[in-house]
Amino acid sequence: MNQGTPSRPALRLRRVFSRLWQRPSSRLGLVLLAVFVALAAVGPQLPLEDPVAQNLPARLQAPSAAHWLGTDEFGRDVFARLLHGTRVSLAVGFVAVGIGVVFGGLVGLATGYFGGWVDGVGMRAMDILLAFPGVLLAVVVVAILGPSLSNAMIAVGVVGVPHYARIVRASVLTVRALPFVETERALGSPEGRILFRTILPHCLPPLLVQSSLGLATAILDAAGLSFLGLGAQPPTPEWGAMLGHGREYVIHAPWILIAPGAAILLTVLGFNLVGDALRDALDPRLSSSFRTESPRARSVAGSPSKELA
Amino acid sequence: MLGYVVRRIAWLAPTLFGVSLVTFFFVHWMPGDPAEILAGEHASPTLIAEIRHELRLDRPLPEQYVRYLGDVARGDLGRSAKTHEDVRDEIRRYFPATAELALAAMTIAIAIGVPAGLVAARRPGGWVDATATSIASVGVSMPVFWLGLLLMYALAVHWPILPVSGRGFAASEIESRTGLVVLDALLARDFSAAAESARHLVLPALVLGTVPMAVLARMTRSSVVEALGQDYVRTARAKGLRESTVLLRHAARNGILPTLTVAGLQFGALLGGAILTETIFAWPGVGRWIVLAVEARDVRVLQAGVLLIALSFALVNLLTDVLYAALDPRIKLR
Repeated sequence: MNQGTPSRPALRLRRVFSRLWQRPSSRLGLVLLAVFVALAAVGPQLPLEDPVAQNLPARLQAPSAAHWLGTDEFGRDVFARLLHGTRVSLAVGFVAVGIGVVFGGLVGLATGYFGGWVDGVGMRAMDILLAFPGVLLAVVVVAILGPSLSNAMIAVGVVGVPHYARIVRASVLTVRALPFVETERALGSPEGRILFRTILPHCLPPLLVQSSLGLATAILDAAGLSFLGLGAQPPTPEWGAMLGHGREYVIHAPWILIAPGAAILLTVLGFNLVGDALRDALDPRLSSSFRTESPRARSVAGSPSKELA
Repeated sequence: MLGYVVRRIAWLAPTLFGVSLVTFFFVHWMPGDPAEILAGEHASPTLIAEIRHELRLDRPLPEQYVRYLGDVARGDLGRSAKTHEDVRDEIRRYFPATAELALAAMTIAIAIGVPAGLVAARRPGGWVDATATSIASVGVSMPVFWLGLLLMYALAVHWPILPVSGRGFAASEIESRTGLVVLDALLARDFSAAAESARHLVLPALVLGTVPMAVLARMTRSSVVEALGQDYVRTARAKGLRESTVLLRHAARNGILPTLTVAGLQFGALLGGAILTETIFAWPGVGRWIVLAVEARDVRVLQAGVLLIALSFALVNLLTDVLYAALDPRIKLR
């Protein structure tokens, strides 16, 4: 390969990126995500107040030059907590989606490739998980594991597993029967190689789409759990928990609530906008102008657990 | 058609069996001894042993499960550890509250979401479409607990026109026939009570309906846009029909089917997923009931509540699929 000629995947990535950049909605999404990723990266390094140290004399102060977003019930700077919370919320989203993708992906690969009883058992298990509304499942998982931020990540991850499993299984089923897979099998390649080197790459585009939309719901769901007191525990600066504790001050200190909620909304919006555009760019079968499969599959693909309400 | 319905119902059984198994083990794995919790703080060991025996916690696990299934099949759901009330009575109290809230939320979502999607679909890419699509994107991404708090602040502090908490006095004073307080009050011809309960319902229903509204608007828009590109729409236009007729009679009629399915799925989810909305507005529904049961390790309530929600979720999904099959002439189900 000559220098200056990007490799094929890099080219594809650049093409996808330029398509995302052309659409105003996904451009907004990319900008939002860039801002939040930057805040997560540099936020904690900025010369801000300690986000957890209490300063009771300064409690419940309205926004001012000293405290841009005011102070909370323990006198902590809301702006500092908001910035530190960025890292927490993004981490929660990525870990939860990672859990869902890895476990769901493995189930999807196995059920789709081996078929037979593996498929029967695996997909029945996924059906059972899908029989619970997402939040409820997450609440039950947290109840078993105990309320904490890491357990909330696991709970939200578990909720996503059946959705990723279904998507990967569907791709495996279409790829498995294609001639080049037959050829590889005929040449005697080991199954593991066929599965992970030949079939898996073909499952990645729909998985990427689902992951981007899944990040949006995961962040929303995890914030909801923390809001209920089932996720991040005090004094962790997490957006949902900030809302949960600030709830009592809704009348007298509304500034505690406005910024964390807006931050959740904008992050989730960013992932949703990028996810929608990725879906149109990468997966024509799922795009709105090319609907071929059932609306059930679509709604499942588009929203792992929009039922968090 | 009948065969399809029968098959779908038959398919429900193994799923529910699995759900009961999973629920049973979920509850079993939860930390803490239910007998100790039930007995209270300074209970004697004999009392705890008695309760263990009564709850059959001293039996082998498979036996516990089989006998639990037997109880459920007979309709015996046990007693709440916290209130010592029959769990069936608690369900009768909490489930209608959730159903009322979910129905109201879905009504709002359909009444606003579907027309918004239709209007947006008329000129894809136009400013109306752009506005509606943007609002829907924000709606889908909305943390409803935040929206609820903002509305609470606005309505409690600045424009105190709507109550921001609970179901109102009518919930306890009106004789319960359906459990849906607004309906009960209307049936009792007590119109001031009906108005009062409806006022309590508006805010939680609006908040709970936000996400389904946005989802429905997006779904309606995309399926009607697709339908507008079909040959039969070109034919209809070529016949010289008015654009509104083409949109409503020809495109919307066909485009509405996927919307229907999504509405059903969303409604099923709302029945069990209103935990956050119910928490914010102190709405005495199933979601709140279950979260409190988690906190109190109320085993029987948890098992019954989770099973109830999975069952209603499954039934609503089943109904949606059957309705879809019945309405779409292209689907021939044997």
